[in-house]
Amino acid sequence: MISLLNFSLIFLSFTIFLCMYRAIKGPTIADRIIAINVVNTKVITIIIGVSFIYHETYFIDVALVYALISFTASILISKVIKES
Amino acid sequence: MKSIFFFIFLIGGLFFFAVGTLGILRFPDLYTRAHSSAKCDTLGAFLTLMSFCIYNGLNMVTLKIVLIIIFLFITTPTATHIIARGNYERKEDSENGDF
Repeated sequence: MISLLNFSLIFLSFTIFLCMYRAIKGPTIADRIIAINVVNTKVITIIIGVSFIYHETYFIDVALVYALISFTASILISKVIKES
Repeated sequence: MKSIFFFIFLIGGLFFFAVGTLGILRFPDLYTRAHSSAKCDTLGAFLTLMSFCIYNGLNMVTLKIVLIIIFLFITTPTATHIIARGNYERKEDSENGDF
């Protein structure tokens, strides 16, 4: 079961690189923000998986705070898009 | 039994993450990309985090993961919607109103 967990984390890291291609090459700024939003969700999932591999439960709190900060950042950057 | 459910939920979540990433890479427009990324955010994150809940069992950590799932279900479609709406209103102000 732990090898399946390792495989899922490696697979999510690979899809993060594919999203980073869109975030670098995207034509407008909103494309980049959408790609970075998906990367944030994947990073939350990876943090929780790493906490199960290392048997450290305080990583869950780190993931919760990361979700709060990524939501705030998306709202602020969308306001910047709207006023530009 | 527990490992079978863990396997099904985890493979489903990884499938939705892969399909959402493929949509972000291949779709031609901003709004279709936003549609694809919302699928990736809600279904992929829900199934993968539920598989982690099944892997863990029932204790305090599971409650925190369920809290993260509820928070992601509220916030990530909201963020995608606000980004798409901000882009639409920005294009409406300019002279070429095509999207």
